[in-house]
Amino acid sequence: MTEYVIQVSNLCRQFGEVKAIQSLDLNVERGRIYGFLGPNGSGKTTAIRMLTGLLKPSSGDIRVLNYRLPGQAQNLRLHIGYMTQNFSLYEDLTVTENLRFFAKIYGLTATGRKQRIAELLDIYRLGHKAAQLAGNLSGGQRQRLALAAAVLHQPELLFLDEPTSAVDPENRREFWEQLFDLSDRGTSILVSTHFMDEAERCHKLAIFETGIKRADGSPDELMRQMGAHVVEISSAHLRQLKQQLTRLPEVISAAQLGSRLRVLVKDQVSDPVAFLRQQDSLSAEDRLEKVHPSLEDVFVTSTGAGRP
Amino acid sequence: MKSLRRIYAIFSKELIQLRRDKMTIRMVVMIPLIQLLLFGYAINTNVRHIPVGAVDQSQNGLSRILMQTISATRVVEFVARYASIQQAQSAIASAKVRAVLVIPADVSQRLARHQSVGLGTPPSSDEETSRPVAQWMVDGSDTMIAGAVKSLRSMPLTELLSKPANRNTPTFEVTLLFNPEQRTAVNVVPGLVAIILTMTMILFTSAAIVRENERGNMEMLIATPVRPIELMVGKIIPYMFIGALQAAIVLGLGKLLFNVPINGSLWQLGVVTMLFISASLTLGLVISTLAKNQLQSMQMTVFVLLPSILLSGFMFPYEGMPRFAQHIAETLPATHFMRLIRSVVLRDAEIADMTFDTFWLIAFTVLGLLVASLRFKKTLD
Repeated sequence: MTEYVIQVSNLCRQFGEVKAIQSLDLNVERGRIYGFLGPNGSGKTTAIRMLTGLLKPSSGDIRVLNYRLPGQAQNLRLHIGYMTQNFSLYEDLTVTENLRFFAKIYGLTATGRKQRIAELLDIYRLGHKAAQLAGNLSGGQRQRLALAAAVLHQPELLFLDEPTSAVDPENRREFWEQLFDLSDRGTSILVSTHFMDEAERCHKLAIFETGIKRADGSPDELMRQMGAHVVEISSAHLRQLKQQLTRLPEVISAAQLGSRLRVLVKDQVSDPVAFLRQQDSLSAEDRLEKVHPSLEDVFVTSTGAGRP
Repeated sequence: MKSLRRIYAIFSKELIQLRRDKMTIRMVVMIPLIQLLLFGYAINTNVRHIPVGAVDQSQNGLSRILMQTISATRVVEFVARYASIQQAQSAIASAKVRAVLVIPADVSQRLARHQSVGLGTPPSSDEETSRPVAQWMVDGSDTMIAGAVKSLRSMPLTELLSKPANRNTPTFEVTLLFNPEQRTAVNVVPGLVAIILTMTMILFTSAAIVRENERGNMEMLIATPVRPIELMVGKIIPYMFIGALQAAIVLGLGKLLFNVPINGSLWQLGVVTMLFISASLTLGLVISTLAKNQLQSMQMTVFVLLPSILLSGFMFPYEGMPRFAQHIAETLPATHFMRLIRSVVLRDAEIADMTFDTFWLIAFTVLGLLVASLRFKKTLD
C-alpha cells in the first residue's frame, strides 16, 4: 500500500474576493519528489503555505505526515523543512551563525549541532564561506545555505518554494542533484517551479493555473495522456503562419522555436499533418513533422482553458 | 528545557545582530550621553535674564538707579529703550523684548511715598500714596516669563535709598527638603532616565519584530518550532542590558557633572529600573505586533513618547494637571517610573512604601507580554 505524506481534499483559500486555491485534491507519496508547476500567481506558494501551516485554509482537509492542519501545525514543524521563495535567513549573520541559530531552534544538542553543521558545510560546499555574512553570498551559495538550513534537523518532508528562481543553470543542475540525494535517503520533497525542465525531473507533478489544479501525474503519464498532437512546421513565413493557424478552432496553440513552428492540434483531429496540409496558409515547400509532446506542450494544453 | 534553548538561540542571535549594527550601538551610548548634557544644562525652570525694554518718561537719575536695582536681581536684563509706549508695544509684539518697564514722569514723587521705601507709614486713605512706582507690560502668553516678572511686583526698593532692609516677618516658614539649592538638574536627571528609556526601549523592541517581517526572515522563523512567547522573551532580554547601561550612564554622569545625589540604595534603584525597562519593552512588543513596517512602529513609538514626556511629571507637575489628563498619565509606565525613580534616587524611599507604582509596572509587563504573545500569530494570514 502506498503511504502518503500529504493528503489534501477539497482545499480552498480565498483572499477577500480572490480565490487563490480552489477545491484542491492532492496525494503525495512518501519518498518522492513532487512538483508544483505553474506560472506566477497560480497559487503554488499559497498551497505550500497552507501545507506548512503558515496559512489557514478557508475550507478543506489537510493531513501532512498524519498531522491534521492547521490544528497540529506546532507538532508538525519538527518534522518538516521549509525553504521560502525569497531568501529568509539572516543576512547580517555568517553562514555558520545562521546554521547554528536554526540548529538551536530545532533543539539539536551542542555536540550534535557541531557535527551536523560541519557535515552540511561539506555537503553544500560552503566550508570556505563559513565565516562570511550570508548577505555577501552569491545567489547559488545563498540557495545552498537555505537548503542546508531547511534540512538541518533531517526532516521527513521538505517544502521548497521556487528554490531555483534566482540561480544560474549550472547551479540549478547541481541543486537538483542534491535534491535527488536527499530523496534517495528517504526524504519526501515537494517543490514548486515555473521551469519546465525542473518539472520534468519530478517523480510526479501537478500543474496549477489560477488556483486550480489542471492536471497531475508523472511527466511521462502527462505527456502520454495529453489530449493533443504536436506538429512542427518548417516554413519561411512563420509569423504570418502562426497568426493564421491560431485562428483555427482545432489548433490549441502555435509557438515559434527558431525556424520552426510548434503547433498543438486537438486530438479529435485524427491526422493532424493532413489537416494542416489542407490549410491555405501552408505552401507546398513547407515541411511538416509529427513529434513527441514535451512537458511544455502538456502545460499549454492543460492550462489553455483559462485563457481567452 | 527545549524552550529555554530556543530562547537562548533567539537571544544570542539578537546579540550578534546588535553587535554588527554599529550605528545602533553608537546610539545606545550617545542618546543618553548627549541628551543628559543637553537637558541637564538646558532645562531650567528658574527663569533668568529675560530681555526687557524700558520707556523712561522721567529721564532722571532715579529712574536709572531704579533700572539698575531691577537688573541686579538678574531676573530681567534691559536690552532696549523706547521713546513711546507704542514703540514698546510693537517691540513686545515682534518678540524683541518680553516685557517693558514704563517709568512715569513723576517717579520721584511716587517712590518717595512708596511703602517699600519705608519712609514712615503714609496715610492709608490717601490714594496718591498707594500708587505703584512704575508699570511692567509683559508678554503674558508665556506663563513662565509672566510669572518671573510678576515676582518682581513687590521687590524691596530699600537699596535704592541705601536704607537697611525692613524686615517683614513672613507668614510661613518654608523648609526645602532634598534640593535646598533649588537646582533644576536634581529633578531633571532622574526624570531623564525615564524619558530616554521610554524612547529607546520601545523603539528597539518595536522595530525588532517588524524588522524580521520586513527582511523576510519571519516566514522561515514561524515555520520552525519556536513559540511566540519564546520569541518575545528572547528578543527583549538583550535590550534589558542595554536599558540598564543607559540608566547607569545617565545617573552616573548626572552625579559626576550635575552633582545629582543618589540617596537611595542601588539595588532598589536597580529593581525599579528593570521593572520599567521590562514594561517599556513589552509595550514595544505590543506595538511590533500592530505595526506593518518600521515607519509605522516609529510613529507609534512617538505617539507614546510625547505624552510620556509631557504628562508623566517630567516637565510639569502631575498634580497640576486636570483629572482626565492624570488618568491618561496613569496608564503610561513612564509616570509610575518617574515617581519611583525620583523617590528612590532623591528621597531614599523604599520600594515597600511605593507598592502601587511597583505593582502597576509588574502588571503592565505581564499583561503586555500576554497581549503581544496572543497577538503574534504563527501564520501569515
